[in-house]
Amino acid sequence: MSDKNIILKAENISKQYRLGVVGTGTISHDLNRWWHKVRGKEDPYLKLGEVNDRTKKADSDYVWAIKDINFEVERGEVLGIIGKNGAGKSTLLKILSKVTSPTTGVIKSRGRIASLLEVGTGFNPELTGRENIYLNGAILGMTKKEITSKLDEIIEFSGCERYIDTPTKRYSSGMTVRLGFAVAAFLEPEILVVDEVLAVGDAEFQKKAIGKMQSISKNEGRTVLFVSHNMAAVKSLCTKGIVLEHGKVVFSSDAESAVNYYLEKESFEKVIYKKEELDQLYSSDKIVINQLELCSDNFFSIENKTFVKINYDVLSDLSAFNFSLVLKDFNDIFILNSISDVENIKVGNYDALFEIPENFLNDLKYKLRLIFVNQSKILIDLDDVFSWSAVETEERKMNWFGKIGGVVRPELKWMINKLR
Amino acid sequence: MNNKQFEKNEWLYEITSKRSLFSLNLREIWQYRDLLFLFVKRDVVTVYKQTVLGPLWYFIQPLFTAITFTIIFNKVAGIQTGGIPPFLFNLAGIITWNYFTACLNETSDTFKKNASIFGKVYFPRAIMPISTVITNLIKLGIQLLIFFSVYVYFLLNGMNNVLDWKVLLFPFLVIIMGILGLGLGMIISSMVTKYRDLSFLVTFGVQLLMYVSAVMYPMELMREKLPQLGWLIDYNPLAYVIEASRYLLLDKGSVSGFGIVYTALITVVVFLIGLVIFNRTEKSFIDTV
Repeated sequence: MSDKNIILKAENISKQYRLGVVGTGTISHDLNRWWHKVRGKEDPYLKLGEVNDRTKKADSDYVWAIKDINFEVERGEVLGIIGKNGAGKSTLLKILSKVTSPTTGVIKSRGRIASLLEVGTGFNPELTGRENIYLNGAILGMTKKEITSKLDEIIEFSGCERYIDTPTKRYSSGMTVRLGFAVAAFLEPEILVVDEVLAVGDAEFQKKAIGKMQSISKNEGRTVLFVSHNMAAVKSLCTKGIVLEHGKVVFSSDAESAVNYYLEKESFEKVIYKKEELDQLYSSDKIVINQLELCSDNFFSIENKTFVKINYDVLSDLSAFNFSLVLKDFNDIFILNSISDVENIKVGNYDALFEIPENFLNDLKYKLRLIFVNQSKILIDLDDVFSWSAVETEERKMNWFGKIGGVVRPELKWMINKLR
Repeated sequence: MNNKQFEKNEWLYEITSKRSLFSLNLREIWQYRDLLFLFVKRDVVTVYKQTVLGPLWYFIQPLFTAITFTIIFNKVAGIQTGGIPPFLFNLAGIITWNYFTACLNETSDTFKKNASIFGKVYFPRAIMPISTVITNLIKLGIQLLIFFSVYVYFLLNGMNNVLDWKVLLFPFLVIIMGILGLGLGMIISSMVTKYRDLSFLVTFGVQLLMYVSAVMYPMELMREKLPQLGWLIDYNPLAYVIEASRYLLLDKGSVSGFGIVYTALITVVVFLIGLVIFNRTEKSFIDTV
């Protein structure tokens, strides 16, 4: 492969952070570091540091936010960067956009990099919209001439014509974001870094924003680095994808496989409970739960069914027994309650299967409460026994990738007929 | 030798942790000159927005300070200003002193104040302190206008003092002060990112510094009255600058060749140190600020 097509190349990028507050310890470390340097020795603190896993207690004061990252991006590619919170995505983007420098390693670039880390940077509330377009554009690296030539387009794209000569402190937050994104959208860098901008603005505006991103990469052949939690958007916008985990690149391939890899690795809280664990959760002399499982055909995707499997022993005959299942979202909003048929059951071993249909959940985090009921009284109550994130994995058939509202997203029927 | 080859093999730029010592990267700053201009405009325009008196505040502050100084130091304490109306003498000192302190105070806050912008977008960080110095230059220009109005007023009322060619040297003095303030400011702003103690030091340090910088008295007077503390003035480059500004504007006092060379030398050294520290800091200050 010819080398000249590579527009951006990261070689062994690492970034070390110091944990804890900057205080008196810092000055002694600084002095020690300086003393080592004077004697021509290596920085003593660079050897320290461990993989960044925020759930574990650290042994040293230093931590590698990202470690030995290598990747290459070709001209015109859209690279999706996926990873859990704390995987090092933002650190990587910060280094790419020169906000901070890597501790070790080199990034080589053949083009200007502009970032949309956060839109509307440097807006001064006292200045009018028009003045802020100039200021913000200049901060992002445009010259005054460039901005003037695009001013009308920017104003039109933002949809703020009416307020353009009003100080931005009178703007609603949505308008500020629109104006900020409008400026950024008309940047013409060879490489554009986009981080979660899709999370802002209303539906109409998100559509515009995505459309702009697509045209930037497809029609104008410019390179985009895209960081998002929205797997559907990554899948349909990106051509390549890398997965970060604990500051390292663990997977690198085309976007689709990267998304699949990520979803497979995505950890869920308690998917299978074995008997020993279950014994801690309840006490009953009538029922013993042997195994409890939450599963799905495809990483809890909302396009597939999700199951709850219960295997239990009944120790004595029970009259009027049933299950009650409560589905809640992560804000404890009660979504639904599903109750099984009330039956008289005999002693024995049983299997129960509860099914949440495909195309029913939204891409949210959910919690389940499972209740065993006997004669309308609670026998066993397992609150929040399962919690998981349902994810959207298939490409949407529409040109919009923003969040679809609601605690559930059932596929309901639409009938549209052409009459004339 | 040929551009095509260059394009194919060379990278446009590299991002590393390595840093060169003195690079101010003037080319990059030149590329961002529009931003520099817009920052200056923003600072000049927005300072007194939504105030009733607006730009009048540029005049009020030095005028009232000069009046206060005249009452306290000349009328009460009886400092002699050698034939120059004390009010004019103080005004000259205050305006030049203000320029220096404004440069120092505002640039020394660069990293802390702009952390939110710096944390999101890259542009040459030096743009910020440079824009501050230029903004203050404009402020100085406005304040010099009142100085000359007052000067003309005193002339019409019989003051025996004529501006001569020396006034034309005043801009050089301004440049020295600007660079000195910028250099010191860059050093302090870089240190403040890690050690906030310094910002407290600056606030009251600058106030104290004024008293040993010959702002409200001629240098000669200090040497005469407190010979054992004369070194405070002799080694203070700012005292030379203030004294020289009065010499140029009012033909009062004396300027030694040593003083000028000494001050210029200190300015260059401070500026270079500031540049080195600033360059070191700008790359990753966002981690510690």
